[in-house]
Amino acid sequence: MTSLPATPPPKRMGLVIDLDTCVGCQACVVNCKEWNTGGYPAPLSDLDPYEAEPVGAWLNRVHSFEAGDGADSRTVHFPKSCLHCADAACVTVCPTGASYKRVEDGIVLVDEERCIGCGLCAWACPYGARELDPVGGVMKKCTLCIDRIYNENLPQEDRQPACVATCPVNARHFGDLADPDSAVSKLVAARDGMDLMPEMGYRPTNKYLPPRPRLNSEGATGAPAALDPADPEGGFLGWIDRVLSR
Amino acid sequence: MNPAPSIVVFTSSAGAGYGLLFLLCVAGALGWLPVERWFGFVGFALALGLITLGLLASTFHLGHPERAWRALTQWRSSWLSREGVMAIVTYVPAVLFAAGWVIWQDVAGVFRFLGYATAIGAVVTVICTAMIYASLKPIRQWCNVWTVPLYLLFALATGALWLNAILAAFLIAAPWAAYLSLLTLLITWACKLLYWQNMAGITSPSSPESATGLGAIGTVRLLDPPHTEDNYLLREMGYRVARKHAVKLRGLSLLFGLVLAAALVVVGLNTGAGMAALAACAAAVSGSLGVLIERWLFFAEAKHSVTLYYGARHV
Repeated sequence: MTSLPATPPPKRMGLVIDLDTCVGCQACVVNCKEWNTGGYPAPLSDLDPYEAEPVGAWLNRVHSFEAGDGADSRTVHFPKSCLHCADAACVTVCPTGASYKRVEDGIVLVDEERCIGCGLCAWACPYGARELDPVGGVMKKCTLCIDRIYNENLPQEDRQPACVATCPVNARHFGDLADPDSAVSKLVAARDGMDLMPEMGYRPTNKYLPPRPRLNSEGATGAPAALDPADPEGGFLGWIDRVLSR
Repeated sequence: MNPAPSIVVFTSSAGAGYGLLFLLCVAGALGWLPVERWFGFVGFALALGLITLGLLASTFHLGHPERAWRALTQWRSSWLSREGVMAIVTYVPAVLFAAGWVIWQDVAGVFRFLGYATAIGAVVTVICTAMIYASLKPIRQWCNVWTVPLYLLFALATGALWLNAILAAFLIAAPWAAYLSLLTLLITWACKLLYWQNMAGITSPSSPESATGLGAIGTVRLLDPPHTEDNYLLREMGYRVARKHAVKLRGLSLLFGLVLAAALVVVGLNTGAGMAALAACAAAVSGSLGVLIERWLFFAEAKHSVTLYYGARHV
């Protein structure tokens, strides 16, 4: 059924992505591809992967942006995957019922047995979160690693999305954003977590933590503004300085 | 947006078909058309043929055409599903009304009711088609009040041109069809010109700054794209070829769709039987070609908000 859940899901599982710490290493992109091409429910395929012009479906991509000018400008690495929106138009436009939002945890998924590959859901997504599988002819999207996060065959610490598990700088956090006491909700509150393109009105679940303000002013980092002078007076070092300065 | 030939053909061909079907049914049921067997046969064959051709074309771009029947299930939420359902529902009264016309030359009584039902079905189906596009918030060139009336007007105008052509080919004197063609052509293209003018002056509230949330730092520029090769998003939503020639193509669509088509309709009105038939048919072909170019531009000129993540400044 492509209608959105009648009542808001009790849990809103999602990601919190820290734009301050992401270093743009692409590890989340690669681990996402690696896990999802071997996991639920079918491969995430590529065409001509070893040729000059490979194309393929990926569920997570890292863009790099420059923001601002001059001394205050920033390079910001920007991971982007499905935001599991509360008002997910990709779900309601689906003509077949393949695209759906789970009632229990708000995760947006595609039933690949029902998908006809019309591509309308990808058009309806402002963020570019959906890509058509070039071999399977069905729409692919981030599942929040549905086959990891509830997988009782995995140790508890591995029950998180592949991108989160692999991030070497802890820029990605996974949890329940409907619970105000969850670690991710506290992080969002503490760091002024934001929605992407709020003007579209899709109410994304995933939040982005903006880069922290740059500490450019003198002494702002806690380090002294200048190094100690290199010409010591008196004592052993003073004597060495005098001898060597002759 | 990628102007997939299957969708360009579908929307323009089915539009003309529903326009013609609407006019045949309304004018037929009102008694403005001769209930003549072969005229009816050709008219309904052309209308239903254009619709069927369009519907079949629309399945060509699917990843799994064999599952297309599933698209009829989600009419509660999806305009695409509603369109599919309405298209199929409309066939029922349309085929029965056509049968009454062609087999028994009867458009009265229950057939009149079927004719009106078909006309309503045709209008609703075209509205559903337009709403597929008008409901997509990421594309401001579509998500506005112009899309539905323009789809309806283009369907009516091309339908009128084809009705005029068939009437002329059967040597049936019905100048009202020519006047209707001229009137709908003028209104339709005037609205399209207003739409083009309107779109030029509107910018989307979305920007690279709102897309990344980094506007507080300053202007946002793409430094490194996330992939070195093309991908599905760029092929499907980053299409740029037509914009380079947009002004010329708009001129061509106006030339074929309005100027030539209207001139040929006027020629048809003022010439004898054979010449009139030829001119009216040429008018329909020219008008349809203009709409094809217009529809191609409708897709190619539309900008999707995802391109903001790939270096576009505006959408």
